[in-house]
Amino acid sequence: MGILEVKGVNKRFGGLQALGDVNLSVKENTCHAIIGPNGAGKSTLLNCLVGKLVPDTGSVMFDGNSVLGRKPHEINQMGISRVFQTPEIFADLTVFENVMIPCFAKRDGSFRMHAFERTDSETGIVDQAERMLREVNMFEKRDVVASSLSRGDKRRLEMAMCLSQKPKLLLLDEPTAGMARADTNNTIDLLKTIKAKGDVTMCIIEHDMHVVFSLADRITVLAQGTPLVEDIPENIKGHPKVREAYLGEAEV
Amino acid sequence: MTDQTQHTAAGATTNRESRSTGGFLGLKGRDVTLMIVVLILTMAAPIILNPFPQGSSLAQFNAGYPDLMQRFVIFGILAIGFNILFGLTGYLSFGHAAFLGVGSYSTVWMFKLLNYNVLPGLVLAVIVAALFSLLIGYISLRRSGIYFSILTLAFAQMSFALAYSVLTPITNGETGLQVYTSDPQWLRAAGSPDMPHLFGITMRATETVRVGGWSFDFNFGYYFCAVVMVLAFYMAIRIFRSPFGMMLRAVKSNQQRMNYTGLNPRPYTLAAFVISGMYAGLAGGLMASMDPLAGAERMQWTASGEIVLMTILGGAGTLIGPVLGAGLIKYFENIFSKINDGVLHQWFAFMPDGIENALVTIVHPFVGKGWHLTLGLMFMLIVCFLPGGLVEGGKRIATVFRRDRKSGPVEQQAAQKRNAE
Repeated sequence: MGILEVKGVNKRFGGLQALGDVNLSVKENTCHAIIGPNGAGKSTLLNCLVGKLVPDTGSVMFDGNSVLGRKPHEINQMGISRVFQTPEIFADLTVFENVMIPCFAKRDGSFRMHAFERTDSETGIVDQAERMLREVNMFEKRDVVASSLSRGDKRRLEMAMCLSQKPKLLLLDEPTAGMARADTNNTIDLLKTIKAKGDVTMCIIEHDMHVVFSLADRITVLAQGTPLVEDIPENIKGHPKVREAYLGEAEV
Repeated sequence: MTDQTQHTAAGATTNRESRSTGGFLGLKGRDVTLMIVVLILTMAAPIILNPFPQGSSLAQFNAGYPDLMQRFVIFGILAIGFNILFGLTGYLSFGHAAFLGVGSYSTVWMFKLLNYNVLPGLVLAVIVAALFSLLIGYISLRRSGIYFSILTLAFAQMSFALAYSVLTPITNGETGLQVYTSDPQWLRAAGSPDMPHLFGITMRATETVRVGGWSFDFNFGYYFCAVVMVLAFYMAIRIFRSPFGMMLRAVKSNQQRMNYTGLNPRPYTLAAFVISGMYAGLAGGLMASMDPLAGAERMQWTASGEIVLMTILGGAGTLIGPVLGAGLIKYFENIFSKINDGVLHQWFAFMPDGIENALVTIVHPFVGKGWHLTLGLMFMLIVCFLPGGLVEGGKRIATVFRRDRKSGPVEQQAAQKRNAE
């Protein structure tokens, strides 16, 4: 029994069957990659996991509880954090504030009226955020307004935000999309360190096979909304069905 | 350990130090300075606003009379509260005049039912405004952006229409709500003043001090409002610097991220809406305390628009900006509107007749009844060239000066630092 259990999920947009009977089981503290050609339904599946979309049928169980019908912030409070394809950060706030907010969310829940405390007197939160920034090597940039960061730094900041919540499940939607090779390698290294700690489950959607094969313990190949195969990376590489799905789009 | 020193050099020192020094009433660094400046300005306003001797030709630009000074601080409170919603969360409410009106009505009702002491009235004004804004906010905040603005506008206009006609038994309709001798005033003590007062001192009590050609009015009503505004300003600073304030800025910045960070933006925005509604109710209550009359026109949409104008003119999202904006608009409304053709002729009298008349004709549309035109032009210029409002203007001027004066010393200091290391 995995920490994330997706069973028989269907999602239809008008005449388009985006997801057809998807089953997925992610084991605790592993890295599970979902790959597939464009339009395979990877992002739709992810959106169903975080409450952005509600599947037409099927069930999504996380840590023994159903996530269906819950709002995104409730699902996050259950322990699922998400990194977006284009970094979603608080662009008008400083790097430090960006990391403090998830720390507050983790400690105080989805709403708390702490209007008369001083932000910088919350020593516990401040220390936690400082530690997190050191971990991702962004401490020198703590007072920079997030919108002025480079793309790679924005991605790192977003990951720091997600990690500072100590999520049980980290969902990564193409974390290296549009990145330069060096940034991609940095991101892989960062993810490897996170993985090495062994206290977080990761579910990653990625086009870059280099990233997938350096991180994933298991891979699910999705095509036209249905899982084709699920196996360990070594067996996926030469799988004929996978080749067929990609039609030589990528070197698998 | 080397790690540590490296980080402090990168600018973390300020935070570390300020955390240990404690500060004053929970304020630190620049906030203390700001608070002191506001305190001095409000307390010395009767003097500062009367810079011209009585009887001089410039005396008409004096703003230090009680009526206007009261309006400065009351609208200051209104703008401070509005800024907590608009400046922090970015939700533009076009209905805040409704809360102002509700506050005024509540206070006058307290005068009618209890007595002329302003405290019960102000307390009720804040409570009623809070409940009213909770209701309107709960519904309006289901939408954001322009739809939110339209919803608040609709609610405010509905309130205006209700106050103006349907709810006449409560609001006294067109005439406006006022206190009559036939009103019960159950708690009225014999011999207590026949006008709004605070434990016996009437709001109209004024001490006039004459120094040479100058005359300064120290009015109790003004000082009462000023103290309330200073408190309101203090609360606003605390909110701005609190985790709650940070969450409100997060709402403005990225609601999607907020949702996926486990935070529910709705109660945060609703809380901000109610807080700013309470500020508006308080301002309305003070208005009725200065002049025990509440009319429906106070709730009209133009009044709501004026609040928006004040905040943007001064600088939305800054602490002091809205207060400056409120002061500027009220100054224009009361001083510029008093300049008529006679005054203009007097000004340009030194010119040849033809030019004098021409100048008067040119300036005429911008003053007197045309003060709105000047205000509009100013608003246009500020939005185009100073999107951060008056505060941004001030900052730009300050940086220019600083660069001129400090460019030498700063480089020297940097050199010294380098040598020391």
